[in-house]
Amino acid sequence: MKTTYREAMRAALRDAMQRDDRVFLMGEDVGRYGGSFAVSLGLLEEFGPDRIRDTPLSESGFVGAGIGAALGGMRPVVEIMTVNFSLLALDQIINNAATLLHMSGGQFNVPIVIRMTTGAGRQLGAQHSHSLEGWYAHIPGLRILAPATLRDARGMLWTALQDPDPVLIFEHGSLYNVAGELDDGAGAVDIDKAALLRQGDGDGDRLTLITYGGTLPMVLDAADQLAGEGIGADVIDLRTLRPLDSHTIVDSVARTHRAVVVDEGWRSGSISAEIAARICEQAFFDLDAPVERVCSLEVPVPYAKHLEEAALPSVERVMAAARRAVGAGG
Amino acid sequence: MTTLKNHGVPDAEHAVHLLRQMLRVRRLEEKCIELYSEAKIRGFLHVYIGEEAVAAGVMEALAPEDAVVATYREHGHALLRGVSAGAILAEMYGRAEGCCRGRGGSMHLFDAETRFYGGNAIVAGGLPLAVGLALADRMAGRQQVTACFFGEGAVAEGEFHESMNLAALWQLPVLFCCENNLYAMGTALGRSESQTDIALKAAGYEISAWAVDGMDVLAVEEAARRAVDAVRSGSGPHFLELRTYRFRAHSMFDPELYREKSEVVQWMERDPISLLQGAMQAAGKLPEEQWAALQADVDAEISTAVGFAENGTPEPVSELSRFVYSDRPDDGSAGGGGTAEWDTTAGKGGAAG
Repeated sequence: MKTTYREAMRAALRDAMQRDDRVFLMGEDVGRYGGSFAVSLGLLEEFGPDRIRDTPLSESGFVGAGIGAALGGMRPVVEIMTVNFSLLALDQIINNAATLLHMSGGQFNVPIVIRMTTGAGRQLGAQHSHSLEGWYAHIPGLRILAPATLRDARGMLWTALQDPDPVLIFEHGSLYNVAGELDDGAGAVDIDKAALLRQGDGDGDRLTLITYGGTLPMVLDAADQLAGEGIGADVIDLRTLRPLDSHTIVDSVARTHRAVVVDEGWRSGSISAEIAARICEQAFFDLDAPVERVCSLEVPVPYAKHLEEAALPSVERVMAAARRAVGAGG
Repeated sequence: MTTLKNHGVPDAEHAVHLLRQMLRVRRLEEKCIELYSEAKIRGFLHVYIGEEAVAAGVMEALAPEDAVVATYREHGHALLRGVSAGAILAEMYGRAEGCCRGRGGSMHLFDAETRFYGGNAIVAGGLPLAVGLALADRMAGRQQVTACFFGEGAVAEGEFHESMNLAALWQLPVLFCCENNLYAMGTALGRSESQTDIALKAAGYEISAWAVDGMDVLAVEEAARRAVDAVRSGSGPHFLELRTYRFRAHSMFDPELYREKSEVVQWMERDPISLLQGAMQAAGKLPEEQWAALQADVDAEISTAVGFAENGTPEPVSELSRFVYSDRPDDGSAGGGGTAEWDTTAGKGGAAG
């Protein structure tokens, strides 16, 4: 079946709503407007305003209400327009959703799913473009998902809704229009493991490219081009940033002996730093070269196209890092 | 002594019950202060002494299936909702027998059995939770009420306003109980709010709201019953501003530089326990021996609770990493997750707690 990331997300929402009466979608403009990124377009007509619930611009209020509704036995899916707006709900996400189970000694789990767009690349400037999913991945009590493929866009939501604890789903804004083939029977997928999407081959230099979310298409592109240069690249799609599947990373690095981490977040104190640290902790003696990182420059994401492009990871920067890692120049 | 509003004391048995409830909170917290001084319990300790009529009155109006959301000054709410004094004190002692197995402490008491949702120590952070609990009830067609307690300091927070709006917009079954004790920690209401009439603020959201003498337990109960009945019958959220006063310091680390001793003394003349006790005795409905027996009963309850906490088991460190994620007995790993690594101290799994 030909579909898009957006349609796969919508199919996942529709499926969840049909399968479980406790599931409802709540957020700004999810109903009449059809979703600010049109993910929920048409669902209001199908499920009505109680279950496709438009909210005022009250991120803390409606995220907190989602947490309360989850405590009360519902299975809310709360949509926040962008990760930048989620900062207005940080109190509820971190002080309540992530802590209630522990503070209550195991009495109150919070089965909420919070979806939001993340990332840059659309010239939206610094207040609509940041990539803070790695930051959320710092928080015990949360599970952090970053679907990058059609299969995961279609399949992660239902699994997330089965999770007894809070799950945050980060949808990179550049992915919504990505089109491709998806099995007609595509459904729930695991949300625990990273995926080795491509295994580098050949007798030449090898390395592991590790990424997630919006930078996956660029990394796959880079892997193709590297193959043309005789460099065989494994590509790992992390899929889940917390818990981080170190094993898949370490298994690959043990074979390739080199790693490049590509992350649209900033470098300092980032998920890329965590991955590099885990490689050092768990695969240090397998390494033939220092771990390379390709991250966004440490500036608020700028508006102008040339500036924004310069700030973000690119195929060229990934290629250059890969060549450095294998000592092939750059 | 200032008297109670003219309710009379129509039902002596019920009045004795209210008196007992307030006294239970008072004695529990007096004991907490003592234990704190002895360093038996630590962390922050915020006592409710002086404000007992609020929790005692409101809890009378709630049914077992209703939900309660409270603040970090919630020992009394937990106790009167039905959490045992032993479980509360054991929590402060960090015991496995504590209501949160030592992970919450004084500011984070929770109890699933009585639908007591904390113990919320972010000012106004509990309000959206209450809205959501009520939303769940509404969507599931349950005739339940969520009572949400918060101080007047919460009124300055955005979450207060977002919650008022959502509850009113969606006509949710929430009873908002603003415990107006005039000070947000050390900041007087008049120093933090341009409009100090709090009920008026709620009314601005089209919520039925009125102010109540929070030192008069009978007035609180009457108002709460009226409001809870209305909320339960589908009239949308209601709001009570309960005017009360904190007799003790904000916490154990408060030299009380921000208020005059004379002001405290003046309010103590309206001690909610003395007010009811005095009214009953004046009406000849509380013989001295009954009052003495009641006090002895309460003292015995608290003394037993202290013994329970003292003799409890420290929550084992081996259990520390439990309850970060729900136990997943299927795969036996904390937080479940195949090859996933939750953290370097990822602990054991086990049966759901």
